[in-house]
Amino acid sequence: MEITTRSLWALIHGMGFGALYLLACSGALLELYRFTSSYPPSDSTPGHERFLKGYLITMVVLAWAAVLTGAYVLYPWYRAAPPPGTADLSMYPQRLLLSSPTTIGWHSFGMEWKEHIAWLVPISITMAAFVFIRYGRGLRNHRQLRAAVLCFTLVSFLAAGVAGFFGAMINKYAPVQGGPTIQLSPGGEK
Amino acid sequence: MNSSDRVVSLNAPARPNGSGAAAILSAGAGSFALAVLAFAGDKSALIKSSLVFYKPTGPLSGVTTAAILTWLFTWGILEWRWRKRTVAAGRISAIALVFLGLSLLLTFPPVVDLF
Repeated sequence: MEITTRSLWALIHGMGFGALYLLACSGALLELYRFTSSYPPSDSTPGHERFLKGYLITMVVLAWAAVLTGAYVLYPWYRAAPPPGTADLSMYPQRLLLSSPTTIGWHSFGMEWKEHIAWLVPISITMAAFVFIRYGRGLRNHRQLRAAVLCFTLVSFLAAGVAGFFGAMINKYAPVQGGPTIQLSPGGEK
Repeated sequence: MNSSDRVVSLNAPARPNGSGAAAILSAGAGSFALAVLAFAGDKSALIKSSLVFYKPTGPLSGVTTAAILTWLFTWGILEWRWRKRTVAAGRISAIALVFLGLSLLLTFPPVVDLF
């Protein structure tokens, strides 16, 4: 069993940072709403508030790690130009997608959308985390700020969903691959 | 933490809303800057080439770097001006959400292709 370094980076970016962010997002939306609603539930303690602050900071780190690895580690491999006359485009995912009318949309629509909308995620969640850390449960006294924070967090969830969906589909049709191989376990017949 | 601590925390005086409004408006402005730069790069070859800050990543590097700098610069200025003030948070939040909505539109490829 083995994996190439490029595939490993794709896993770290998508299944690690991206998927963890998406999993965390619904919890963050619910907790932000619960903590900042007009009628605080009886079990909301300063300990819970500290936990939510740490949770949001973790989401900020995940969001930035996802977009930075996507743009500066994986994307250069994705958009690499093949030498003239290259017949096998499997190492050049963008060109591979563009080479067939049945897959061109995954680049011209999917990647074009994903590569930009994904950056709204770290901007939105950084803002949401900052505002919650600054105001804590006091945010319930600022209804307009609270509404804006919830909207931005919801948009970050949707944007991460779009980026995650197209990332998974593009990696299905034209995976980023190559680079040194990492042996995970010795092979052998059963 | 006992219940008396919680009562003190819940009844703490409200902070001025300026700092939160600054963060929200700058996030909207940063998102909008990203969408406008992406749109401009798509429509103009000159702008596209000028946005190549890191060649392997191409114009995306310039679009995102410039947008993040715009966001952080705007945030810094607004935080400095508003942090101790109470501002019109409803209007500011509405403007930020309009920026965010426009960002979503301008990053959607079929909308970009209309122009």
